[in-house]
Amino acid sequence: MDEIIRIQELSKRYTGSDRYALSGLSLSIRKGEIFGLLGPNGAGKTTLISTLCGMIKPSSGELWFGTLNYRRHGRDIQQQLGVVPQEYALYPTLTAEENLYYFGSLYGLAGADLKGRIAEGLERVGLADFRKKTIKTFSGGMQRRVNLLAGILHRPNVLFLDEPTVGVDVQSKEVIMRLLNELNGQGTTIVYSSHHLNEAQHFCSQIAIIDGGRIVVEGRPDELIASIPGADTLENVFIHHTGSQLRDYA
Amino acid sequence: MRKLLISAYKEALLLVRDWGGLAILFFMPAVLIITITLIQESTFKAVGESTLPIVLVDNDSSEIGRIIADNLNETPHIQLVTETNGMAIDEMHARKLVSEGKYQIALIIPEGISQELNEKVNHNVDQILGEFALTDTDSIPGQKKEKKWATQEITIYFDPAAGQTFRNSVKNNIEQLLAKVEVRKIYGVFIDQMGLEEDPGLLNGEIITFRETIAQKGNDGIIPNAVQHNVPAWILFGIFFIVVPLGINLVKEKNLGTYIRLRTSPVSYAIILGGKILTYSVICLIQFILMLVIAKYVFPLIGLIEFDPGGKFLLMLLIAFVSGLAAIGLGILIGTVAETQEQSAPFGAIFVIILAALGGVWVPTFIMPEIMQKISAFSPMNWGISAFYDVILRNGSAADIARPLAYLLAFFVVTLLAAILYDKRKKIS
Repeated sequence: MDEIIRIQELSKRYTGSDRYALSGLSLSIRKGEIFGLLGPNGAGKTTLISTLCGMIKPSSGELWFGTLNYRRHGRDIQQQLGVVPQEYALYPTLTAEENLYYFGSLYGLAGADLKGRIAEGLERVGLADFRKKTIKTFSGGMQRRVNLLAGILHRPNVLFLDEPTVGVDVQSKEVIMRLLNELNGQGTTIVYSSHHLNEAQHFCSQIAIIDGGRIVVEGRPDELIASIPGADTLENVFIHHTGSQLRDYA
Repeated sequence: MRKLLISAYKEALLLVRDWGGLAILFFMPAVLIITITLIQESTFKAVGESTLPIVLVDNDSSEIGRIIADNLNETPHIQLVTETNGMAIDEMHARKLVSEGKYQIALIIPEGISQELNEKVNHNVDQILGEFALTDTDSIPGQKKEKKWATQEITIYFDPAAGQTFRNSVKNNIEQLLAKVEVRKIYGVFIDQMGLEEDPGLLNGEIITFRETIAQKGNDGIIPNAVQHNVPAWILFGIFFIVVPLGINLVKEKNLGTYIRLRTSPVSYAIILGGKILTYSVICLIQFILMLVIAKYVFPLIGLIEFDPGGKFLLMLLIAFVSGLAAIGLGILIGTVAETQEQSAPFGAIFVIILAALGGVWVPTFIMPEIMQKISAFSPMNWGISAFYDVILRNGSAADIARPLAYLLAFFVVTLLAAILYDKRKKIS
């Protein structure tokens, strides 16, 4: 598979902080992968995803999206990315349809095409009947589904997911995972960050465990499990590489 | 362009569905302008038109006490109170009544003040006429005979809750009254001493009078009144309160996570802010027109003077628009820097009140201390009020308001750039 994201020696130190959130991190993500980015709290996952989404600028290092460099083609790259934050990143007083219309418009979608995508998306996540309801009246699971739709309406080449199933019921989770698998089947590369190691083990085709701002291990889930004697889950691999001590940062 | 308009539409939808925000933007300024004008109107009435009871304790029971009582009785809107429940009020009782807030003022005329004044005036007139040897006097011409007088004071008790302005106004009136009594007394003694059989009538009319003229440009300006001073000032105050909902709007986006979505979409921050600027500018103009409509059509219905824009509507609209931009710039800056609503809302509200105070919304800048006048020159609300007054009260043209409008626009640009730079800096920090 072709490389879609290439990261070279990426470092990031926040102003006022004496430690690096990312420290000379290098990584490649291939087209069509479901790439799991796992790590304990403060490992650098959010900083890495925020950098890849163009939200923050790295202190040093290079980032490539296909042949496009992040420094020179930031806006073009953002057009091809989809972001689903952990927060319900929606306006509570707008309806599901209005939220999707607005966020879709920001990616240049318009008219019948946009309306068609919204209707189709809401149908796929089982919210067609609720399209005129305001988000504040939705349950957590319903909000998660709209949150996902808002990130994929423009059919991005790469989709960044931060804890996409946190706080949702089993039914909603199933709908979300099915939709994500369908998207991946259609060619969308997915970069997925989560603390749900079991979910990651079954969902991801490739996994990188990040700690201290560096990649500590990378490979297919089955490869990673096989590489640790006596390990039978990704959780064993995770503990093996990151240790059992608490990671508290302030 | 489409993204800008869609962003503006989204902002409009958010506002329409936020009843609290709408109340801050439209209802509260409307209530404010009516309430403040009504209160100020009633304050003027309290001093000038409605009846003010004054407790009078006349321990003199002679000529001066009588003259003061007569003069106060002749003064419109003053009611003299000398007894309660059929009992004469003494000084102690008067003080108690005022300290309890039952009356705002008590006047105590001391015993013997008439005799004292008579002796003093007679002596002085005698002395002066003696200089010209017009009367028999034991003084030698050219030599003054000094005599010590015991000081007699009229005491005024004020309600502790009475404001300084009210106290000054009452004191001035009583001082004027006493000066008049003294002049009449001296005049009367001169007439007597000089043995004139007929009063030449020197005090019958005013010797020097004054004419009040409003120094406006041209002759077609409107005559200023309290409403024309108040309405522009409070319109501006209302417009600047847009800082509060706008600041909250930006902080909410950060807290909800929609900010992440906006910042990761292929749209510049300027477009996102542009949508807000567009919507909130329209809100400012609606706010302005609403308050103007209230001042013109609702004021007369509740007994207030109608606000007359006097053919200056378009210039006023321009000032409101540019002032609105300045307020929007400030709101965007506060919302960008603040992390929580608890930071943005109180800071925004209090900052606007400070700007209003400095700008001359409550107290005209020309009566402020010199240092405050200098600081006031940097308040955007001062620029806005100056522009409104130039147009409405000074009959100024567009050229006359170019400078304050330029300041307001510069303020908008500076605050907006500061917000964008802050956001950019956060991205790289």
